[in-house]
Amino acid sequence: MPECFLENHAGLGFGLVMTDLLTTPLHALHLELGAKMVPFAGYDMPVQYPAGIMAEHQHTRAKAGLFDVSHMGQVILSGKSWEEIAAAFETLVPMDVLGLGEGRQRYGLFTDPDGGILDDLMFANRGDHLFVVVNAACKADDIAHMTAHLKGVTVTPVTDRALIALQGPAAEAVLAALAPAVAGMTFMDVATVEIDGAECWVSRSGYTGEDGYEISVPEAAAEALARRLLEHPDVMPIGLGARDSLRLEAGLCLYGHDIDGDTLPAEAGLTWAIQKVRRSGGKRAGGFPGAEAVLAQIENGPERRRVGLRPEGRAPMREGVELFEAESGGQAVGRITSGGFGPTVGAPVAMGYVPARLAAPGTRLFGEVRGKRLPAVVEKLPFVAAGFKR
Amino acid sequence: MKFTEEHEWLLEEGDLIVVGITEYAAEQLGDIVFVELPEEGTQVSKDDEIVVIESVKAASDILAPLDGEIVEVNSALVDNPAKVNEDPMGDGWFFKIKPADLSPMKDYMDDAAYKDFIGE
Repeated sequence: MPECFLENHAGLGFGLVMTDLLTTPLHALHLELGAKMVPFAGYDMPVQYPAGIMAEHQHTRAKAGLFDVSHMGQVILSGKSWEEIAAAFETLVPMDVLGLGEGRQRYGLFTDPDGGILDDLMFANRGDHLFVVVNAACKADDIAHMTAHLKGVTVTPVTDRALIALQGPAAEAVLAALAPAVAGMTFMDVATVEIDGAECWVSRSGYTGEDGYEISVPEAAAEALARRLLEHPDVMPIGLGARDSLRLEAGLCLYGHDIDGDTLPAEAGLTWAIQKVRRSGGKRAGGFPGAEAVLAQIENGPERRRVGLRPEGRAPMREGVELFEAESGGQAVGRITSGGFGPTVGAPVAMGYVPARLAAPGTRLFGEVRGKRLPAVVEKLPFVAAGFKR
Repeated sequence: MKFTEEHEWLLEEGDLIVVGITEYAAEQLGDIVFVELPEEGTQVSKDDEIVVIESVKAASDILAPLDGEIVEVNSALVDNPAKVNEDPMGDGWFFKIKPADLSPMKDYMDDAAYKDFIGE
């Protein structure tokens, strides 16, 4: 489970954590911008800048936010041909990899032999190779997993590139001013784009529910690119705090919280990510770890489901809050896996798992917060409509 | 004005003590989105967790600094928790307590000691 930067604490004590943390190529810039730094997945990362989480969140939805996501794992899979690499990758993920067009990206999952989710990731067909981006906290395990199981494929971690996300409705105009070609990309396109003389691997995607880009940039050019983007009046630096509230409102899973080794794709609401060709009856059905369990759960329907929950009052329901059917008595029927205040919604929002019979939007449940059962209503995800450019 | 190690400020107002959190604490907590106050008339003991505040980041408790009775709470914070960030040392106060015994006040930090405590 990733280190949590949102730890609850009793009293108003603030401690300093001094450990050997890794840094990203933008570390000095974060400090210069006045970021509050926290340990996250072994890295010293900005949780917020002086503007604060609320303002950073709102700015990203209104204009554009710049995120340092260099802690994430970038990996190149190479081999004799795209087909061989794709076929090998299909042995580890339940996605249609062979059918992914050149210059396109897809959301994926590594599954374990029981069908549990080892990590979620993005993978792209970049012509002669597959480019994979995995979660920071899982990257060592993911690289070992791929190296051990991908036959005929060379697994090369990319350690000399930063990863910068530019997210929000103004992202296209801001980035296109430096590299006009990015305006022609649509959601989940990937391309190699020269920006200020640096070879960047750009995808039109993100983790906020907004339109935007993720830019893999050589580390030597990363700070200059970040500064160039921040010069634009529409761009503000955004920390991990707002990244979390943005993705929560967008209904996106955080690995180690909303999905983990005990979660199967269907119950997590991720069946859409498993294309028909890999499901029962499909041409390349199964053939990935835990296929039997994963496909059976899709066919039979899961016993529990990940749902959105809107607490009726003002009190946020955070991760770990237990859910009940009644205001008093009875056993817990579910649990919140992510929750907090949604600045765009203007109220608390949460996600959690509930029995399938209680998963219909409008179902009223109770979350136990500090010993009191407070009402929360199941709501369709996302809480905030996506702004993708399809 | 006196200060606790839990970053509360305590202001004597007649025979009452007004309690809030310091500017430093408000800044550390970030945007506050939820405040739960005790009921007026509640008898509390020192270190009871009597106020819950939630910021965008986390939940925190405010402890009773003294034994006594809660005689007034700042109920405006319930509808407008952001007031704590806007004016932590003024309009953002949380409650007024009528202490059973004022003598523990002398053990709390003065302004200079608190500044030293937070490293300013």
